[in-house]
Amino acid sequence: MRIAAGQGFWGEWLEAPVRQVRGGPIDYLMMDYLAEVTMSIMQKQKSRDPSAGYARDFVPLMERILPDVVARGIRITSNAGGVNPHGCAEAVLGVARRLGLPRKVKVGLVSGDDILGRLDELIARGHALADMETGRPLADVRGQVLSANAYLGMAPIVEALRGGADVVVTGRVTDTGLTLGPIFHEFGWSPEDWDKVAAGTVAGHIIECGAQASGGNLLKGWRGVKGLADPGFPIVEASPDGTFVVTKHDGTGGVVSVASVTEQLVYEMGDPRSYITPDGVADFTTIQLRQAGRDRVRVSGIRGGPRTPMLKVSVAYFWGYKAVGTLVYAWPEAYDKAKAADRVLRQRLADLGLTYDQILTEYVGANATHGRLSGPPSSDLPEVQLRVGVRARERAPVERFTREIAPLVLTGPPSVTGFAGGRPAVEEVVAYWPALIDRREIEPHVRVEILEA
Amino acid sequence: MAKPVKRTARPATRPLQLRYLAHARSGDKGNTANVGLIALEPAYYDLLVREVTPARVARHFKGMVSAVERFELPNLGALNFLLHDALDGGGTISLKTDAQGKVYSTALLRMAIPVPAALARRLGDR
Repeated sequence: MRIAAGQGFWGEWLEAPVRQVRGGPIDYLMMDYLAEVTMSIMQKQKSRDPSAGYARDFVPLMERILPDVVARGIRITSNAGGVNPHGCAEAVLGVARRLGLPRKVKVGLVSGDDILGRLDELIARGHALADMETGRPLADVRGQVLSANAYLGMAPIVEALRGGADVVVTGRVTDTGLTLGPIFHEFGWSPEDWDKVAAGTVAGHIIECGAQASGGNLLKGWRGVKGLADPGFPIVEASPDGTFVVTKHDGTGGVVSVASVTEQLVYEMGDPRSYITPDGVADFTTIQLRQAGRDRVRVSGIRGGPRTPMLKVSVAYFWGYKAVGTLVYAWPEAYDKAKAADRVLRQRLADLGLTYDQILTEYVGANATHGRLSGPPSSDLPEVQLRVGVRARERAPVERFTREIAPLVLTGPPSVTGFAGGRPAVEEVVAYWPALIDRREIEPHVRVEILEA
Repeated sequence: MAKPVKRTARPATRPLQLRYLAHARSGDKGNTANVGLIALEPAYYDLLVREVTPARVARHFKGMVSAVERFELPNLGALNFLLHDALDGGGTISLKTDAQGKVYSTALLRMAIPVPAALARRLGDR
């Protein structure tokens, strides 16, 4: 069975899922939409419009690919439902009806991950939902909370597929769950076969960032990676013995190699012996990779352990405001001019009595990404971009900062340009609060419905 | 009484940047950046394990991170480093260009480790 990754994040290359569907044989298309703070953006959209709150892009995509998907018998798993999976499922059904497809389309709707409405009750019953990084109880920021979702695993996806769903639409299901669900459904494995869970988890991790496993962002031999204008997104060919092959469609660009898969495996890795998902714990130190032909990497040997009693919860809360302003200083002595401008700017902010949680200055072209490791900048740099960011709990100091950038052009150091974009925008900062909760508080609330067009 | 230190003839070493020995990818988890360092050839892995110690990486990133953890993946010829407090708060709070720690990977590849002189001559800038 073949599972194809349609995208690595919300905002990904729009052609990728279309090419996965049309470019060769696949059985499943998996589409991950949700980053850590995406849910809060969707929650905000839903508060303004109750029919919103999901990845709207998913609907025009379904318009493009549903005829092919139905004709080829492909099934889709996606967490595009965000904080309104019901609205998303209805929209997909609407598309199916409008397209007049030769048969009825079944949409599997998974809900129950959203615990925003249950937070007070959960906290009152002693669930601290403490921040996994700082240990602070959620009660500290309860008033600012914008969204709260538990990460669900593969179980509701397996159930929806068993119910005949062509398209499974979920809220906060893990990206690995979107891959595990189809594999466990196809092979009928026990969800407590921990090595198989671990193998499917690794498969999911490899393809969840799209082309980042098939030549995109590949550092080793990057000049030799051909065809990135049309990169083949990764496909997992899973076998009943728990091994799988990572590959891509013939005739596409990019590369699937031990190097490309290894770079993706270590991406966002913590302790490799315990990669924890709602479905189990995978041991990445057991993974064996072998090049098994052109653009084919065989993955085997994966071991894992039982799932933990806890589920991860992702909470987003309102933190404050930030803004980033930039100006470009030209040769000669570009870096020194930019530094002098930064001193002037900071003095003006101080003279106005403005205070910030943080003022961060970077010199793009000199040391913005690697800091002091870049060494002393040459006085001969052709140009340097001064990039100053501020953040504060209150809007006013950030707002005033955005008005202090342009004046530097006529009142500061010379040879400055690059202000065509106008004043920087004040952005709201929505912060992420990872927590844990007993899975028994969540699982009884998970619902799977099969809707028909 | 302390035993006399045995002097063995050690081959001459020279510093070589990790870019000639490894490739890397990095990402974020909250305010922590991770860097996966992968040997370009299987033969280099033991050298990386021996020389790219957490203490040396912590010195390399001094002032940029608060603490360094290291995990070994001999099966992939890789080491995984966690660089704590590397991202100015991380996520959406961070003001950094590299708020997601995407290029801490190549920042680690700047680090030089002592390698046999012959290997340095073969791989490094000549």
